[in-house]
Amino acid sequence: MAMQDFDHTAPEVILSFYRHLYPFKSVFKWLNHEHTPSRLFTHREIAFSLRGDIYIRYNSFLNADEFKNQTLKYNPERFEIGPVYSARPRDKKTVRPAMFTPQLRELVFDIDMTDYDSIRTCCSGASVCKRCWAFISAAVRVLDAALRDQFGYRHLLWVYSGRRGIHCWVSDDEAMELTDEQRRAVAQYLTVVQGGKEMHKKVNVRPPGRQSGRPWPLPPAVRDALDILTEVFVDLILHDQNLFERDEQWEELLKLIPDPDIAGSLRRAWNMDENLPSEEKWSQIKGKTKDLEKGSPERDTMMAALEDIVLQYTYPRIDAEVSKHRNHLLKAPFCVHPKTGRVCVPVDPTHIDDFDPENVPTVSQLMQELEAGKLQESGEEQGDWERTSLKPYIDMFEAHIINIMNEVRIAKRATDTSW
Amino acid sequence: MFQLRTQAPEYKPDPYGKVEVAGPSDYPYRLNFYDDPPTHMVTLEEFESCAIDRLRVLGEIEACFARNRPPDERKAIVRAQCRKYLPLDPNDSLSRAQFEQRKKDHVGHFVLRLAFCRSEELRRRFIKAELELFRVRYEEELDSELESFLKTRSFGLELVDDAEKMKYAELLKDANPKNYVSFSKKVPPKDLAKERFYKVRWTRVPDLVEHRKVLVKGGWAYVPASEQSSIVFNELEAHLKTSLEATAKALPRLDEDTRIVPLLDHLSKGFLAGVPAEWDAEHSGEDIRADMIDDIARKHYPACARNLHENLRRDRHLKHFGRLQYGLFLKGLGLSIEEALLFWRRSFSKFTDDQFNKSYKYNIRHSYGLEGGRRNYPPKSCQQILTQDQPGAGDNHGCPFRHFSTDNLESALLAWYSPHGLTQDDLDEVTKIVKAGHYHVACTRVFELTHAAQGVKKGEGVSGDSVSHPNQYAAKSRELEKTHTESVKMDVDGSGVTMAL
Repeated sequence: MAMQDFDHTAPEVILSFYRHLYPFKSVFKWLNHEHTPSRLFTHREIAFSLRGDIYIRYNSFLNADEFKNQTLKYNPERFEIGPVYSARPRDKKTVRPAMFTPQLRELVFDIDMTDYDSIRTCCSGASVCKRCWAFISAAVRVLDAALRDQFGYRHLLWVYSGRRGIHCWVSDDEAMELTDEQRRAVAQYLTVVQGGKEMHKKVNVRPPGRQSGRPWPLPPAVRDALDILTEVFVDLILHDQNLFERDEQWEELLKLIPDPDIAGSLRRAWNMDENLPSEEKWSQIKGKTKDLEKGSPERDTMMAALEDIVLQYTYPRIDAEVSKHRNHLLKAPFCVHPKTGRVCVPVDPTHIDDFDPENVPTVSQLMQELEAGKLQESGEEQGDWERTSLKPYIDMFEAHIINIMNEVRIAKRATDTSW
Repeated sequence: MFQLRTQAPEYKPDPYGKVEVAGPSDYPYRLNFYDDPPTHMVTLEEFESCAIDRLRVLGEIEACFARNRPPDERKAIVRAQCRKYLPLDPNDSLSRAQFEQRKKDHVGHFVLRLAFCRSEELRRRFIKAELELFRVRYEEELDSELESFLKTRSFGLELVDDAEKMKYAELLKDANPKNYVSFSKKVPPKDLAKERFYKVRWTRVPDLVEHRKVLVKGGWAYVPASEQSSIVFNELEAHLKTSLEATAKALPRLDEDTRIVPLLDHLSKGFLAGVPAEWDAEHSGEDIRADMIDDIARKHYPACARNLHENLRRDRHLKHFGRLQYGLFLKGLGLSIEEALLFWRRSFSKFTDDQFNKSYKYNIRHSYGLEGGRRNYPPKSCQQILTQDQPGAGDNHGCPFRHFSTDNLESALLAWYSPHGLTQDDLDEVTKIVKAGHYHVACTRVFELTHAAQGVKKGEGVSGDSVSHPNQYAAKSRELEKTHTESVKMDVDGSGVTMAL
């Protein structure tokens, strides 16, 4: 029998994916934090996106089975997860608006490659390759470290968005309970590159200057990131992307040099030599800085500017709007991206550098694997994903869920003294 | 809730329990966290007058926010208003009026709680104004009194011990570098070893975290004693929020004899009247059609809208916040939903009808209150543009005075406004104002310079005020053009004057 070709845009392929492979049980446990359905699940909004841009909001389900059955019934292109409301979202029309407010929600982050278009040379727009994925992996390393070390969160789930970005879901209780104001504070704290298109210098995180002309040190939060990013800057920006190759590119760089004499002399030198690699240009800037008198305000200012340049080209560019509001919807893990057919799989942040978006299984590939497996053994329907390349991803997801559930169990045991 | 009497207690038996008589010992401090409502007798007259005087102060605070007054100016105004309507003398003052003043402050606050608890919107505005009032008073308070006042309340603060402090010494310094450097011989730098630090969950000081003013480790914020006020303000804000919600729930059950509710209604309307309303699209006069926009943009737009318009024309697209800011501005200008859809459809010419209808139409209709929650969103004010939704790396929205680098701002202003009389020489003045951080003043100056031909003088601004809303700028500019052309017409006729006579 010839291997069948599966079109990832065909509704029946997606339906079959939901029926055999989508881990509804796991997603239920991940949202619910325990085995018996709680408000964390029953009051949770799930929004379906159907083909033809039809959006069905405010669905909610009593348990994992109902969740699966309804999804099969609608067979949506993808679906998104919203907050836990004070009432069941499906009852929205019958409760008073004042009694229907978002209460709890994972703290979420969204990083999208399009925000890097001005600083990547390999691709643009929707396309993404292994090379520009390095921007994302630098962002994941910085944010993962910041959320764990600085904010003390432990239950972080990173999920590939299916095309050109990555999402992060933080399920710690304290993160779930954050108000919109507190979410805004985290998002701003983690936003370093700012200012619109017409602003050259986009990193302004030091306190305003002082009289002596010396710059202030970077805030501790940003300094931590700089250690990771300096290395990324050399490998990615200077070597791989060669980002200061063309006139208009290095002209942008020179606009960030505060010393007009240095900028001027470099401009003359670089105009003479068209083929100077980016790395050489950067070391010339560093050389000019070292020539300045040690301990002088001029030298300190240049040193600070170099740090700011590294940040401007490498610091994570999060889509802060997604993080700021509890009621923002975000695509559920394990959905299929409608354009690429790739499954939104969890990503291990400790091995983020090895992740290649092009190796992520597509729905067509999974269906083929499933079909091949069926030929060998027939009948058994449960746990179909065990026989496909989705397995390692679901195992990773389950390990994450066990950590969350263990914590809930320990907390419950501590409060339950009835025995 | 209140015990309210207009007559002496012996006149009729008291069904509410003991009525106390307030004494000076009830108010040992000027500042008040307003934990307990007054339980003493309050005459109806007092009830109203305390509230009205406080309302005058709060109304002025709101007006300051609405007019974008810089913090120092705002503080001075609030202080002056307080001296006039709500004076509070320190404990050692000889005026002997402390008790009466503090009682009035206390009663006024709780009456206004009743008046402003009734909707989310009123509660938000009331809390914002009350917090500002508290902040001004807090900063004025004498150190000795402040310290003992703060001791009256447990904030659940954990002092950072020396070992931990030394472990993070460098990080703590870098979080607040200004404290540890000497600015002059008179002010010695602080000694980290002597400075107190409090350890609180970061969620209690979101404002300090947002601006990276504290060290955050493992979810704890290390707050130096100099920033302790932030904990206090956040605590008061949270306290007011929960109490107002509780009051709102209790209000329908108020044992009322038809004297209070009309009074409260009256009070909450007073708050609204004292403040210039958000820019109101209804007043902007005749209809505008999509094909008139280019002409109006050239002649009457403030820089923020002009920038968005130019970008839209060049890229035939705007990102989300750009569409939102510009779309609402156009609505404020008087563009109807039909014309708006036409305008955006033509502007987004690189998209097919199908793409446009799918991706953008909903949002445009939404901003006109025709989809989803059906809220009619007002156009964004300068305050909102300057402080909310800061533009990211590829964005065009925001305020050019705030979000452009100096050279880009200068060339943009020249390109847009030199046909209206802005010259190279004016730019120095404008950029100087920008560097001082007074973006709306810079915008006002550009308005004056570009409308000099129509008789706008320096310092006159937009009808005597500085620009606080892009639609106000555009409306005034169009109004000036209209009156100007009319007067020119009359001069040409020659008969205009006699007709007017």
